[in-house]
Parts: sequence; structure tokens; C-alpha cells
Amino acid sequence: MLGTEIKHLIGKEIRLELKQKYVLNGILLYLISTIFVTYLAFERIIDSDTWNSLFWIILLFVAINGISKSFIQESPARHLYYYTIASPQAVLLSKIIYNLLLMTILSVLSFVFFLLLMGNMVVNISLFLICLILGSMGLASILTMVAAIASRASNNFSLMAILSFPIVLPLLGTLMKVSKSALSFSQWSGNYGFIIILITINVAVIILAYLLFPYLWRD
Amino acid sequence: MKGQLKHYWWKIFAVVLLFYAIIGGFFIDVNFTGMEVAAESMRNIFFHVGMWFGMFTMLILGFIYSLRYLRNFDEQEDIKAVEAVNVGLMFGVLGIITGMIWANFTWGTPWVMDPKLNGAAVGLLIYLAYAILRGSIDDTQKRAKVAAIYNIFAFFLWIVLVIILPRLAGESIHPAGGGNTNTIFPMHLAPSMRLIFYPAMVGWVLLGLWIYQIRVRIRKIKLIIDNK
Repeated sequence: MLGTEIKHLIGKEIRLELKQKYVLNGILLYLISTIFVTYLAFERIIDSDTWNSLFWIILLFVAINGISKSFIQESPARHLYYYTIASPQAVLLSKIIYNLLLMTILSVLSFVFFLLLMGNMVVNISLFLICLILGSMGLASILTMVAAIASRASNNFSLMAILSFPIVLPLLGTLMKVSKSALSFSQWSGNYGFIIILITINVAVIILAYLLFPYLWRD
Repeated sequence: MKGQLKHYWWKIFAVVLLFYAIIGGFFIDVNFTGMEVAAESMRNIFFHVGMWFGMFTMLILGFIYSLRYLRNFDEQEDIKAVEAVNVGLMFGVLGIITGMIWANFTWGTPWVMDPKLNGAAVGLLIYLAYAILRGSIDDTQKRAKVAAIYNIFAFFLWIVLVIILPRLAGESIHPAGGGNTNTIFPMHLAPSMRLIFYPAMVGWVLLGLWIYQIRVRIRKIKLIIDNK
């Protein structure tokens, strides 16, 4: 039941995105121009710390831009319609899964584009990719929930930034730590603790969102 | 009068404990071998750590009341939650100020790049955002609900930020709880200091609860006046 609802809702999200291509294209252009501007500003990055922090900051901004529209893009009337035909959990999970797909694509694209312009500094590619996947997942789930909260308030775009920057920091800090190690060492030791923390944050955020969202959805 | 004592005995207790902590804290000898770095500034432990305890108690209280709000949608619970967070924020700011004074004496600079310090600062930002979020919703019930949801969500990430991550990072200059605990001074306080430390902590927490109680009462009265 929940499965089919989620499937249909994700299908709806994808169709909606493809119908309004300018939103997706806008995010892509945002991503490319941000990376290009940093490329022009920095010319060449020599140390891996700068590479690392720039990459994750750009990804954070891209994520906020991509996800903040989740609950404001459609009219309240249409939300009411979804409310009558689908369970709140299905709505939330479909948004999270859709945003996860979006974030995975965006983060891989950012990474490729970053490699092209800034040069490769990653030593341990597989660790970095794990980081990228867990990061996309965490950003997608946390920011989806924050977008849902912010959509209930007025002036929600600036609120989205205010709410999400500090709240995303436990995740982002851990990510930066792991990817810093992926940039400088080829071995894995010492990172397992952080990877477990990343997985825990992901799982716990999704559970919390799953439990809390029904209250938010019923207006 | 006699019957009322059982309602406010803990306030008297708090005042006694805090006077004891302040007087004792400034007069006992805190110079022990192996703690030369902290020397006299060690007295700050009775105040700085107390702020931390106070903040923790209040934010946990706020979390509990937010959970309760979502269970029965009673406006009183929301008032308690927001005031608990407000008092928690006050303690947080005081904790950072006392910490900066201390850091200035022992580390030579008010702020260092450290997971514990940064975690505390970002933790404050999370709860300041809570205040902004409340301000941006006009409808009372909607505000209470959204704020409760944010508070529960934020509390979890705050715990990760201030408790789990600093312990995992390992490379902290700040003592207590993981990292290189023993570089500055042993967490195992001297017995004479412990005699003041524990009562001081209880005193600060009780003071926090007292301030919280007064603020909740003010808000309830305001609510009654507004509804008239």
C-alpha cells in the first residue's frame, strides 16, 4: 500500500520535474556557474583542505537550492488533494527518495565538474564516493524535513537557509572529516567510526522525519 | 506560610548552594601540582561547567515539553517548551562567555579551533534559529506545532553535535569527555574541589528551573490578559 503510493508519488515528482525543465536546468546552471566562479577566483587550488571545503560548501548550496522548492513548488490546494489520497508517510518518503535521486545526480555532477576544473586531489576514490553517497542521502533527508518545516512559515527561502545551515552541520562536519582523509590517505583505518556516525545520522533523521511529518502535514 | 514552604524549599536550597559555591569557589585553594596551566583560573570550573549543566537540563526539558505538545496540543506545553529553550539559550550564551574568559587565561586566546567549542557555538545557532522560526509564524497553534516539530528534530542533531562528534574527533584541547582529557588538568578533581563542584552544579540547575518557572508564569499571565 505504502509502496505503491510512494511509487506513484515519485513518478509524479519526476514527471513534474521534466515538465518544468527550467527548475532542474536552473539548478544545473547554478552548480556549473558556482564551480566556474570558484575556478576563476582561485585559479588553481594547491592544498587539499581548500579543495575539500570548497567542494562541500558548493554542494551544500546546490542542495539547499535544489531541495528548498520541495514543498512550495505546488499549490496548497494540490497539497490538500494529496492529503486526501495518500498517507503523509508516503508523501514524505517519496519526497526524500526523489530528493535523494536528485542529490546523487547533482553531487556526482559537481564532483565531475570539480575534477575537470580544479584537478583531482582524491587519493582514496572509493572512500570519497561512499562519502558522496552518504552525504547526498543525509542532505536529502535533512533538507527535505527542513523544507517541510520552512514551508509552513512565511518568508520561507531565507528561513530555509537559517534553519538548515546549523542543523546540517553535524552531517557536513563529519562528511568533511571523512573526505579530508580520502583526499590525503589511501588507507581506510580511522574512518569507520565516522562512517557509522554518517549512517546513524541518515537512519535517525529518516525515522524522526517519518514520525514527525504527519503532524506537519495535517495543517 | 508553613504549608507553602514545601513549594519553594528548593529555591532556598538553590540560593544556599550558590552562595556556598561562590564563596567557597573563590576562597579554596585550587593550586595543585600538574594543573599549573589552569592555576587560579581553575575556579571558573564552578561557573562555566554549571552553565553547561543548566543549558543541558533546560534543553532536555524543552525537548520533553515539545514531545508532550505533539501528544495533546495543549498551549501550556508549548509555553513551557519555548521558555525552557529560552533559559537554555541564556545558559548557553553565559557558558560561552565564561568559557571565553577562561580560554583567554589558559590558552591565551578567547577562541580556538576546536570541535567542542565550535559544536557549542553551532548548537546555539540551532536554537537561535528556533526563535526565528517561531517569530515567522503568526498563527499561534501553527507556530506551536511547527516549533515543536523543529525542536524535536533539532534536539537530536544538537546531541550529535555537542556530545557524539567531539568525542569522536579526538583532537580536542578542551577537557572533559574524550579527547586528550588529561593535558590541561585531570577531570578527577581534588576532593576539596569536588566538595564545591557538585553542590554548585545542583545550584545552577535549580536556579535555571527557578528562572524558567518565573518566565512560564509571566507568559501564562500574558496569555490570560491577551485572551480577555
